[in-house]
Amino acid sequence: MIPTAFEYERATSLDDAVAKLAAAGGAGKLIAGGHSLVPLMKLRLSEPTVLIDIAHIPDFAGIREVDRKIEIGAGTTHHDVATSPLLRERCPAVADAAAVIGDPQVRNRGTLGGSLAHADPAADYPAVMLAVDADLHIKGSKGWRVVAARDFVQGVFTVDLAPDEVLARVTFAPVRTAAYAKLHQQASRFAIVGVAAALEVRGGLIASARIGLTGAASSPVRLSNVEAALGGQPASSETAAAAARFGGAGIDDLNSDIHASAEYRRAMIPVFTRRALDGALARLAG
Amino acid sequence: MARVSITVNGRKRSAEVETRLLLVHFLREQLNLTGTHVGCDTSQCGACTVLVDGRSAKSCTVFAVQADGAEVTTIEGLADGDRLHPLQEGFWEEHGLQCGYCTPGMIMSAVTLLHDNPAPTEQQIRDGLDGNLCRCTGYQHIVNAIQHAAASGSGR
Amino acid sequence: MASPVLPKLVGQRVKRREDPRLIQGRGTYVDDVKITGMQHLAFKRSDIAHGRIRSIDTSAAEAVDGVEAVFTGAQIAEFLGPMPIGTPFPSPDHRAVASDVVRYVGEPVAVVVARDRYVARDAADAVTIEYDPLPVVVDPEQALTGQPAVLHADFPNNAAVGPLPSGTGASPKAVDDTAIDQAFAEADVVVSQRMVNHRLAPTSIEPRGVVAHYEPGKDAMTIWSSTQNPHILRTFIAALTGLGQDQVRAIAPEVGGGFGSKINIYGEEYVAAALSKRLGLPLKWVEDRSEAFLCTIHGRDILAYVDLAARRDGTVLGLKLRLVADIGAYNMLLTAAIPTLTMTMASNVYAIPAIRATLTEVFTNKTPTDAYRGAGRPEAIYFVERAMDMLARELGVDPAEVRRRNFIPSDRFPFKTQTGAVYDSGDYAKALDRALEKAGWEGLKAERDAARAEGRLVGLGLSMYVEVCGVGPSSGLPTGGWEHSQVTVERDGRVSATTGASPHGQGNETTFAQMLADQLGIPMEHVRIHHGDTGVVKQGIGTFGSRSQAVGGAALHLAGGKVKKKMAKFAAALLEAHEGDLVFENGTISVKGSPSSAKSFADVAGYAYRPVKLPEGLEPGLSEEAFFEPSNNTYPFGCHIAMLEVDRDTGEPRLLKMVAVDDAGHLINPLIVEGQIHGGLAQGIGQALIEEVAYSDDGQPLTGSFMDYAIPRASDFPRFELESTVTPTPVNPLGAKGVGEAGTIGSTPCIVSAAVDALSGFGVRHVDMMLRPERLWRVINGGQA
Ligand SMILES: Cc1cc2nc3c(=O)[nH]c(=O)nc-3n(C[C@H](O)[C@H](O)[C@H](O)COP(=O)(O)OP(=O)(O)OC[C@H]3O[C@@H](n4cnc5c(N)ncnc54)[C@H](O)[C@@H]3O)c2cc1C
Ligand code: FES
Ligand code: FES
Repeated sequence: MIPTAFEYERATSLDDAVAKLAAAGGAGKLIAGGHSLVPLMKLRLSEPTVLIDIAHIPDFAGIREVDRKIEIGAGTTHHDVATSPLLRERCPAVADAAAVIGDPQVRNRGTLGGSLAHADPAADYPAVMLAVDADLHIKGSKGWRVVAARDFVQGVFTVDLAPDEVLARVTFAPVRTAAYAKLHQQASRFAIVGVAAALEVRGGLIASARIGLTGAASSPVRLSNVEAALGGQPASSETAAAAARFGGAGIDDLNSDIHASAEYRRAMIPVFTRRALDGALARLAG
Repeated sequence: MARVSITVNGRKRSAEVETRLLLVHFLREQLNLTGTHVGCDTSQCGACTVLVDGRSAKSCTVFAVQADGAEVTTIEGLADGDRLHPLQEGFWEEHGLQCGYCTPGMIMSAVTLLHDNPAPTEQQIRDGLDGNLCRCTGYQHIVNAIQHAAASGSGR
Repeated sequence: MASPVLPKLVGQRVKRREDPRLIQGRGTYVDDVKITGMQHLAFKRSDIAHGRIRSIDTSAAEAVDGVEAVFTGAQIAEFLGPMPIGTPFPSPDHRAVASDVVRYVGEPVAVVVARDRYVARDAADAVTIEYDPLPVVVDPEQALTGQPAVLHADFPNNAAVGPLPSGTGASPKAVDDTAIDQAFAEADVVVSQRMVNHRLAPTSIEPRGVVAHYEPGKDAMTIWSSTQNPHILRTFIAALTGLGQDQVRAIAPEVGGGFGSKINIYGEEYVAAALSKRLGLPLKWVEDRSEAFLCTIHGRDILAYVDLAARRDGTVLGLKLRLVADIGAYNMLLTAAIPTLTMTMASNVYAIPAIRATLTEVFTNKTPTDAYRGAGRPEAIYFVERAMDMLARELGVDPAEVRRRNFIPSDRFPFKTQTGAVYDSGDYAKALDRALEKAGWEGLKAERDAARAEGRLVGLGLSMYVEVCGVGPSSGLPTGGWEHSQVTVERDGRVSATTGASPHGQGNETTFAQMLADQLGIPMEHVRIHHGDTGVVKQGIGTFGSRSQAVGGAALHLAGGKVKKKMAKFAAALLEAHEGDLVFENGTISVKGSPSSAKSFADVAGYAYRPVKLPEGLEPGLSEEAFFEPSNNTYPFGCHIAMLEVDRDTGEPRLLKMVAVDDAGHLINPLIVEGQIHGGLAQGIGQALIEEVAYSDDGQPLTGSFMDYAIPRASDFPRFELESTVTPTPVNPLGAKGVGEAGTIGSTPCIVSAAVDALSGFGVRHVDMMLRPERLWRVINGGQA
């Protein structure tokens, strides 16, 4: 229940956050919503000595459309993503995923940037970020760089972020025909399996598909064999059913715990792939 | 140590605190606002729920220093003088509590729930309580209590 | 005298009087207690399941700024003896803080006293311990082989109790199996199944906590604890700290739920009291939730080999129940007694002519078990009801009908079962009929079949239960089985009453005030109920086994009757009337038939405290007490029906409908009773669907926080549909039976039976709890559950 001691600083701007991180050497840790970090600190599984609060940086939160791309500030809360009229209209799958994260209080404080940087293998956002092929915009001492969501996660709780870097925002081209389906772990509410599907449909045919998977394996992955099976096929429930079957194959680092064995997780991938695909196709009609 | 200044139930409170002090302990131990409870150490139970800048938050998962400059409302600040808040009325009328330990957090969550959705369906109420555990009531009377408050126009 | 006519309150849905403070955050729970100079305790706990302590280094902890003292188990053993138990069974040495061998993860090894809880935690983490690991055993059947570990040298093969026989032909001296063997020989069908009633964490939302304040100047101790029974706490604390009971005052402030787990007197309480006395400081300890999952008792964890013998027409001839209870590493207060209740209730609502139950209790490297809501009865009902369901399926008979054929008829009460329970009263067919009607049983069956025709996996489950509660005569409880109350009419006519039943959510301040208001003919607002403080409540036992109404309420009723009688004597003197002719009503005492001849209740009270002409043989004042000793336990019963759907793709169960008809005798406040049943249902359903304490093979807990141990949320349930039948008990003057545990006992088996019904197309006869989606998914996919 009780964290170890640390120094606390508030960053006033992105540059300030970067400068403070650099000054702290390896000892600094950003805190945004704190809803991954504080629980770990309370159990003393994380014992940072300097905390740099980025939650008060102006314009760090917000959702807008720029040049036909959606841009979400890293500091945007799950609640604001879940209830964003812009996302509901242009890319509802992202809002759907935010809406099933944890519980209302968690969604009121947890942020998109914090979730992605933390890279919990059972987190929800990573799957949707893969499906919408998001770009992550990162600021560090050496300036800006952009990393594709598919390259960002390197393993369990490890991402492509240097100790002096801040994830500033996420951008992606909106996809309306996309959906997220999740099997909840009963106790924690995290995903045992979560699948996000984004489809580009032209003339009744699936021109391209991106399927992101979370929860099942040590890090989020794209289901490329499902994507391949969908490409060029009619946008129908039959196609979805047939393609979803490829979902469980080829993933070799499945998680296994008391809540779900690797075998069960493997079996659930096609089930939730199918549900996500059906959800996406339902948006085609609507 | 750090100096924080937090407006709690409308009153500005300043104090010198350890940076690692959790908001819930700031409220309970420094301000003696013991209506906010602690039921877990992994941020699930919601017994510690307060409003931070108007929205429900688990005060066990926020450091007091993070709330510096914020407005916090606790269960003690909900009634309007002697007039109970409609949710408090609802919990009383509908027997929405037994041991009462989860109750302050439940009520504070319900404040945000009704703020966002003044006329929720039963399912929406149940889903809206995902961040609050009660071991006594089986929730049915809690749902009734929130419906009672909604009917009296609490969220509007 | 135009006072308003007061409504009768008993039987009404009266709003609770404890609520205004609780909904405003003004209740005082133990963690809200603050005393000047108070220091905080933190425990260093074992992180291995079995091992010998080789060395403990407390120097770093002592060096932490703000630390008052650090004690190892060996140091504490110098002034604190072994923890006592409350059952007559043999028990190994159990220390509040281990000094030699640790036997489960979470067992305390050292304790820190420090300025605040933050510093205390820092220092506890700074204690370093080296262990020589010992082999670990977590499976109870394996533990009975004595391999690979024996936990306590005096208990070969880890057998804590038994094998202990009970039932037909069993006496402490000999066992005669003739009747049970004959029952099985005559049977047309026998259903046999190994079933597990798994381990649970009670999980009151308020964790445990204690504040101990020994005042050297007074040579007296006040101890606040989140407990269900302050008087028992006082007895044990006094005994272990070397104080007299007169020197200890125990206070249960607002208690945030207990469900059995706060009956125990725990090591942390003893340590807080002993250290407070030794250091002369007020000390507080409050449990973290992750400590609670390790160190507060667990519940259930009994496995059974069940054999049920019957005729083809469904008549049950005999029942065999071989029970193995995994009680964890030590005996706690009631640990060893809980599984014996499973034997006691093995007959459920049925007139089973021959029963053989055998119980073995086993030590394993896990947290000790003890009473958890239902405590021994849910296990019995679960085993028997699952077997009855299997029998119905085997015979192709409606599950309701098989049960009906075997009910104890309503005209055979009191009824003595083969395992020795004497049921007070019952009308089981009535409860069944009401439940079938309320649920629309035939319609539900049609609905289920229609859903199945669409390929959905929908099932129905039904269970009957009877439970033993309102405990109980003093012969059955080492503490005594009575309850105490004192009712005082104050000088101004207001009433203060005390009860030894110490509530933690049951609403006694309301129900007991309702009763006294009716009994004395005064407004409920004029009655105040005091509880939970041995400094105010002279005597008491406490709240467990659904006893507060049936035993505590009865004591209150007796004390109220006594004070009323005395008051009538004063009124008779004032009104120059015969005391038998007086009517207590609407705040006045009047002479029957001549309402103008009356005195206000307050005037008579005032007179009693200044009786200018003291009636002969009377002492001044109006304060009377009563101990109520029930002649028997009470046996509430009921019928629960569930409809459940299993997701064909994922195996996720979803409860669609839950109907509960319960009979707890006379109800004082139906609103509060409903709340009790809802809460019980939630816990019973939780056991079946989402709750399970799990350990790895090396004794590491796998469900050590709410991240892995689920308790139900609001969104897990449909609206419960309740109804009650009323069969009063003759064993107390209220006719009330007790309702705290009923919901938990009846619901679990019917949920599992509904799931088995839903999956019956896959050839399954039984699925062990909890009904994890994966488990059901395996059934659907042809594997073993
Ligand atoms: C009870 C509970 C239930 C939950 N359930 C779910 C669930 O179902 N699904 C789910 O996906 N998540 C769940 N979460 C996690 C939640 O979504 C977290 O809020 C989120 O993962 C972290 O966001 P944050 O802003 O709170 O990050 P913080 O906790 O503040 O930070 C997390 C990590 O990210 C780093 N970080 C934060 N922001 C940045 C940034 N902009 N740039 C670089 N690094 C940064 C921090 O240094 C830290 O290491 C749950 C959490 C709780 C407490
Ligand atoms: S105390 Fe449990 S969520 Fe805060
Ligand atoms: S009323 Fe006791 S936990 Fe909710």
